[in-house]
Amino acid sequence: MEVFLQQLINGITLGSIYGLIAIGYTMVFGIIGMVNFAHGDVFMVSAFIALIAFLILTTWLSITSVVLALFIVLIVAMAFTSIVNWAIERFAYRPLRGSFRLAPLISAIGMSIVLSNFVQVAQGPRNKSLPPITRGEIVLMDAGGYPVTLAYTQLIIWVVTALLLVAFWYVVSRTALGRAQRACEQDQKMAALLGIDVDRTISITFVIGAALAAVAGTMYVIYYGVISFADGFTPGVKAFTAAVLGGIGSLPGAVVGGLLIGLIETFWSAYFTTDYKDVAAFSILAITLIFMPQGLLGRPDVEKV
Amino acid sequence: MAAAAGVKVSSVVKDAAFAALLSFGLFLPLIGFDTVTNIRNELVLETRFKLLAIVIALVTAGSLVNSLAIAPWRARRALRGRKPASNLAGAVTRWFAPFAFGFVLIYPALVLGLGGIQGATKWIDNFGIQILIYVMLGFGLNIVVGLAGLLDLGYVAFYAVGAYSYALLAKTFGLSFFALLPLAGILAAFWGILLGFPVLRLRGDYLAIVTLAFGEIVRLILINWVPLTNGYAGISGVPRPTFFGIPFNASDEGFAAVFGLPFLPLYRTLFLYYLILVLVVLTAFVTTRLRRLPMGRAWEALREDEIACRSLGINTTTTKLTAFATGALFGGFAGSFFAARQGFISPESFTFMESATILAIVVLGGMGSQIGVAIAAVIMVGGTEILRDLDFLKSIFGQGFDPTQYRMLLFGSAMVLIMVWKPRGLVATREPSAFLKERKAIGRDLVKEGHG
Repeated sequence: MEVFLQQLINGITLGSIYGLIAIGYTMVFGIIGMVNFAHGDVFMVSAFIALIAFLILTTWLSITSVVLALFIVLIVAMAFTSIVNWAIERFAYRPLRGSFRLAPLISAIGMSIVLSNFVQVAQGPRNKSLPPITRGEIVLMDAGGYPVTLAYTQLIIWVVTALLLVAFWYVVSRTALGRAQRACEQDQKMAALLGIDVDRTISITFVIGAALAAVAGTMYVIYYGVISFADGFTPGVKAFTAAVLGGIGSLPGAVVGGLLIGLIETFWSAYFTTDYKDVAAFSILAITLIFMPQGLLGRPDVEKV
Repeated sequence: MAAAAGVKVSSVVKDAAFAALLSFGLFLPLIGFDTVTNIRNELVLETRFKLLAIVIALVTAGSLVNSLAIAPWRARRALRGRKPASNLAGAVTRWFAPFAFGFVLIYPALVLGLGGIQGATKWIDNFGIQILIYVMLGFGLNIVVGLAGLLDLGYVAFYAVGAYSYALLAKTFGLSFFALLPLAGILAAFWGILLGFPVLRLRGDYLAIVTLAFGEIVRLILINWVPLTNGYAGISGVPRPTFFGIPFNASDEGFAAVFGLPFLPLYRTLFLYYLILVLVVLTAFVTTRLRRLPMGRAWEALREDEIACRSLGINTTTTKLTAFATGALFGGFAGSFFAARQGFISPESFTFMESATILAIVVLGGMGSQIGVAIAAVIMVGGTEILRDLDFLKSIFGQGFDPTQYRMLLFGSAMVLIMVWKPRGLVATREPSAFLKERKAIGRDLVKEGHG
């Protein structure tokens, strides 16, 4: 029971990170029908930006308040990652819009290679580790010598994720921008006829996706305390799995899928073996797509002639 | 037409300023600062603002060149309109393939003459054999992606199956390369069918993602099934291919001794070069012949429109499975050749990057075109291999400069740039494999692609 509770806490933490990345995949797929392969690497880049921002704040400006530092780091990481993703969309994907279907996918794979290798060249191939920003934890239960704890970092991740999801949900469902996004998702030509700037809406979609990936990147750095240039691919594929599991194109689906993947991975490692935990994630991806391609919360895809 | 001929100064300045600002935003965190581990094993920051300034200056200069020279040139070209394809272009396409084949055939002699024995071994091995392996993989994947329109991101799985089949069977049972080559191919084809069955119902991107998952699962099993595959450590001492029973070594029974020649590692390299060349030609030949069979035509019909294909009574299940199996077969051949050439294999050689590289070669070449695939393989693989040899750059950029670390960066940039420049690949016309009265080249933009 204690082990179960502890794994539940760990799983939700990991799942929040996956969910935040998954939203970026699912939004882009919803609006332009493209698997943004570079999104995992955008997440990795954002983690590096967060790491550098942390170092500037703690070693140069000697800010000691964790909350203040975290807040600034989040803003900085979101801003710079948005610029990166905006530029990627503008120069690598937009010229290919309306081209044949494989072209943006290949461009995205190329972009993913560019991002990870750029970071490798610019920041070196080694793992970068950050000292934990806070070590405290809340002991929830201490029966039978196995304390169930909720680390402050986990709590931070839960709170930040929840707050951002609420803000994000508000933007998508209650603002003009969100309406424009949903309109473009349904029919770009019609949306353009009605005076919506489609290019701008798609750019903003990428920017929002990047901002959420940046939150995930920051959380990843403070939770694991280590990042390397190669850390984009696997979380990226898992987040994509989450998006697919939740139903690609569905925003609540991405969050639910992320939590599920996080939980499955944690419980798999705790109760079976860590060796095959990635195999589990990939198998879920394949099985979902084969037997339930619309996912948990997605709409079924109708084939038209 | 003053506006078209002249260039507006204000917009040029605006573009350049925007480029400078954007590159500042893009590169400030990752180039402006460097994270370094100090002696006490702590992560500290160092600034590289000089480098950042250089990068921004370069980007701004690039923007100026673009708006002053490239954009007006493109505008003028657009005004002139597109020229109809000349006879010269037709002649080039007709004679390119035989010429290229002839060149590949005499390539070893050419580099031997130019670089001597020491240099030639390296050039034949690193360039010739390496590129030909990718050409072969490209041809194999071309069947699945280019002909049948099934987007496969896990092709490296079949390559891995071929390589491990050869390595394990050769080490355990001591069978020869030529006995195991077909066997490895058949095993890979079997895996192709195994993967093909569950993904029959999937289309487009979903198919791509499931094949990616499959490729990763195969790699993770290779890593984790230590008793069979030895995990990360890989399998070393894989038997090398022999010259029809005569090994390439310095012993009395070796190739050199039997033919009364002085021992040189060159002979094995030459043998491997022509072996992979034969395999490549075989793949190309079989593919061209298959395209004319009902099976091959069914592949192409499937690529153009699956629903129409099914309405015409073509069995899409067998069509997809044969495409997967044939593609996997050649992947398996290439894999066993790879294992035999390296003498050592590990899961590191079969990462997603390999799949992406092979797919990039197929798509950049212009899907379905074998000449295009070959050209793309030369550009992408040869171009990045050449970076290993650019030592003179050290004298320009200083001793610490290592061109090899920019290899993959340039590779990825090339992928993006070629796609943006020519989204339909380098060879963008296609000859029909079946035609009624006369051959007509089909412009790639007229062909609906990849709706498998």
